[in-house]
Amino acid sequence: MYPNRDFRTTVMKILLMGNPNVGKSALFSRLTGTRIIASNYPGTTVEFTAGYLKLGDEQAEIIDVPGTYTLEASTKAEEVAVEMLRDGDLVINVVDATNLERNLNLTLQLLERQVPVIVALNMWDDTRHRGIGIDSAKMEELLGVPVVPTVAVTGQGIKELVSRLPEAQVSQAAFSSSDERWARVGDIVGQVQSLSHRHHTWRDVLEDVSDHPAGGGFVAVVVLFVAFWVIRLVGEGIVGYVTDPLFEWLWTPLLMKLSLALGSGGFWHSILIGSLIDGQIDYFQSFGLLSTGLYIPLAAVLPYIVAFYLALGILEDVGYLPRLAVLMDTLMHRLGLHGFAIIPTILGLGCNVPAVMATRILESRRQRFIAATLISIGVPCAALQAMIVGLVGQQGAQYVAMVYGSLFISWVIIGLILNRTVRGFSPELLVEIPPYRFPPWRVVGEKLWLRVSGFIREALPIVLGAVLLVNVLYNLGVFDFLVNIAAPVVSGLLGLPKEAVVPLAMGFLRKDVAVGMLAPLALTAKQLVISSTVLAMFFPCVATFVILARELGARDMLKASGIMIAAALVVGSLQNLIL
Amino acid sequence: MPDKRRLTLSQMEPGQSGTVVEVLSGPGFVMRRGPGFMRRRGLGFMGRRGPGFMRGHGPGFGLRLEALGVRPGKKLTKVSSMLFRGPVTLRVGNTQVAVGFGMANRIIVEVDVPE
Repeated sequence: MYPNRDFRTTVMKILLMGNPNVGKSALFSRLTGTRIIASNYPGTTVEFTAGYLKLGDEQAEIIDVPGTYTLEASTKAEEVAVEMLRDGDLVINVVDATNLERNLNLTLQLLERQVPVIVALNMWDDTRHRGIGIDSAKMEELLGVPVVPTVAVTGQGIKELVSRLPEAQVSQAAFSSSDERWARVGDIVGQVQSLSHRHHTWRDVLEDVSDHPAGGGFVAVVVLFVAFWVIRLVGEGIVGYVTDPLFEWLWTPLLMKLSLALGSGGFWHSILIGSLIDGQIDYFQSFGLLSTGLYIPLAAVLPYIVAFYLALGILEDVGYLPRLAVLMDTLMHRLGLHGFAIIPTILGLGCNVPAVMATRILESRRQRFIAATLISIGVPCAALQAMIVGLVGQQGAQYVAMVYGSLFISWVIIGLILNRTVRGFSPELLVEIPPYRFPPWRVVGEKLWLRVSGFIREALPIVLGAVLLVNVLYNLGVFDFLVNIAAPVVSGLLGLPKEAVVPLAMGFLRKDVAVGMLAPLALTAKQLVISSTVLAMFFPCVATFVILARELGARDMLKASGIMIAAALVVGSLQNLIL
Repeated sequence: MPDKRRLTLSQMEPGQSGTVVEVLSGPGFVMRRGPGFMRRRGLGFMGRRGPGFMRGHGPGFGLRLEALGVRPGKKLTKVSSMLFRGPVTLRVGNTQVAVGFGMANRIIVEVDVPE
């Protein structure tokens, strides 16, 4: 029954395959209980994710395969999909019921392969709103494999899908050409689908407005303004009402007791609590493991991570981002990219690691190189931004604006230069625009939790490690050596005190910690602007570095790093001259 | 004169519908026409190899369009086009697709003329 199955291994491999943005990831979460990120734009999944499902007495491995329109791959993410088909024992072909014709093309291609297929007719609820009627029993008869209507985001039809998995069959379909296949698709759609008239809904009106050049521009301004406002409101709300009170009323008294117990000084005091400022703990300046080490990730950064990913999650699930891609296309072309590159760029405002991975949705190597380099240089992650706003913002909002302005201008100029110098070709935009959907709150909530817990799990240990390392290296006097070597560049070119070398170097480990290390240096507003900008543009943090090497290869990663260092020094020096 | 009703997708007006006749392939064919073409880098210097060469389309562009449901014989409606030779949004069935301006130049549509 399962021709590809290797019976030496006991685990059966079930692949979730389908066009991009048909709800494979949502179905995956339903089937396995494993939470993964699902959004309303094509290309959310660029890597496969595996989870497990209990199937009778057997354990089956479920694999969420990146979306593909055909089995003739054109992007890297699609190649992954086709590659995986070889070792699947069974394919659940997820089909967008509102888009039967296009989806069935892939279904028929899958049926030509020697692999058992079952069809999940997903987004079943949406067909009614759109005036589409589908006879799923008839479709099952015509395709010769089971067809089960499902609504992955609510869980409707999932039980039936699982219970019918054993019925999946290898079909005998064979087509001599793609024309013949399309003809068959047309034939099937004609027999199973009936369309009825429906009224224009508010959703259609909104879609029409945002597709229009002027209306789209207006919508973009409103959306970005509201997103920014939500991020500030939520971020500041959490800081003001949750994290700051917690640290101030609960944690500080405890730490002060500990400080007294440690004799207000000594090695352990400097490691755990750091130095007291006027006899008190200053969470930005003390720099102990339990003071600054916990405050930076949990109180200064986490609230903004929550706020940013909440806003991003809603934007993703509504289906706005591909429209922004169309709007930004002309500008992005000048930078050697196309509009779709705006999606990795926006992800980069949260964290550069998933952003660099998301550059896989771009077709050519040239685009991926330019996009990844620009993200590492000009797109500060949420942790870094929270610290910049917190520290530089104390001097006045105009200085924060200077940092952002410098980064944006550098992003554009470096993009223009890369477009003229990097070899290869950049294809044009070709993207499906999903319909607007009301964000499924459960999905938004799960996604937020996934990203926030990921941040805590991954960032907290590195922040603590970085703070510990800084303290140890300070005590060993290693920094004095480093400071003296780099002093000419840092003081001469950038106009910073030579002690600023240490935070800049530490930026390699964690940028938020690095900005925190600027606090005790008593920098002027201008120096803060320069150091924050240089920190943002200089090396990416070590996690991004690893991903860059993996996605671009060692050679291109080194090239990108060279560009980053050069750009950071040039921009920092210019700021030093101009400001 | 059926020929007169043939337009490229980029020449169509927003809201206009028609049937896809052909998707042209081959490097930079239609893109050389039209006002402003000399300004487009890499195409003003036709055939010159260098950065940005062949920017209008990727390999297999026809196949990718076909996979999205845009293929000869299909009814298509132009939804909108962005300014400054920006992308064109079209609708085929329930699918909405945005294509770059160069690609839109190479999708030939027989436009419905109101009786």
